[in-house]
Amino acid sequence: MTAGVDLGGPQTQAIGSDEDVVRVRQLVRTVAVAVKLSLVDQTKLVTAASELARNTLIYGGGGTAEVTVVEDGRRRGVRIVFADSGPGIVDLGLALTDGYTTGGGLGLGLSGSRRLVDDFDIQTAPGEGTRITITKWSR
Amino acid sequence: MERVPVLKIGDILLVSIQIDMSDQTAVTLQEDLAERIVATGCHGVIIDITALDIVDSFVGRMLSTIASISKVLDAETVVVGMRPAVAITLVELGLSLNGIRTALNVERGMELIAATRDDDLGYDDTPGDVESATAATSP
Repeated sequence: MTAGVDLGGPQTQAIGSDEDVVRVRQLVRTVAVAVKLSLVDQTKLVTAASELARNTLIYGGGGTAEVTVVEDGRRRGVRIVFADSGPGIVDLGLALTDGYTTGGGLGLGLSGSRRLVDDFDIQTAPGEGTRITITKWSR
Repeated sequence: MERVPVLKIGDILLVSIQIDMSDQTAVTLQEDLAERIVATGCHGVIIDITALDIVDSFVGRMLSTIASISKVLDAETVVVGMRPAVAITLVELGLSLNGIRTALNVERGMELIAATRDDDLGYDDTPGDVESATAATSP
């Protein structure tokens, strides 16, 4: 683990392998602890990050995760942007349905991780990659 | 790639996951366990996840698969030591951990396996099945 967390700038982790998914989890955990998310919120955020990082790898063909500490005046939070230049998602409604999968998984990655965070935004189009932004706020 | 050790204690295989597993490590553990069940003839598998700070859908599916594989190989699987925050997150994620038996700690897990084993070895269950099976094979 890196010594000290710079809460200022965003930190980017490339996602190109299994091991990178582990690194994304570790980075997110470090930042979540630093902004003092509760234990349950840390767990939810790291779990969501793990699902989305795996999606970026498997469906997006790799990409990046960018982790930033955000503030809205009253509270702090952790924002993560997962970006890939893969095939994009054709039917977003379907992709966000519990149990739907095109990859042989459980179909809980997108729908499940959306439930685990406070803000969830997804931008995608066929052929134009996918960009998912999630935020978890301290309470 | 890191590997998770499988320990044999009497009639039980004990796996204590102490690392943040990559997906490949999880798949390898699944295969290692199947081989060890057959090689040792053990009738119980205990998977200790005390040290895991998250269980995402991939690891959840691995736990379910291990339980199914060991069932086919005549062994019971019990997952022990799940942290409260992990349990809360799993439920919210939508993961049901099908077919997995759980216990709070290793000791209770061993008791559960022993009790299940005693039940299975009893002669009081469903003699009707034996008759119909005999009838089906007789000319």
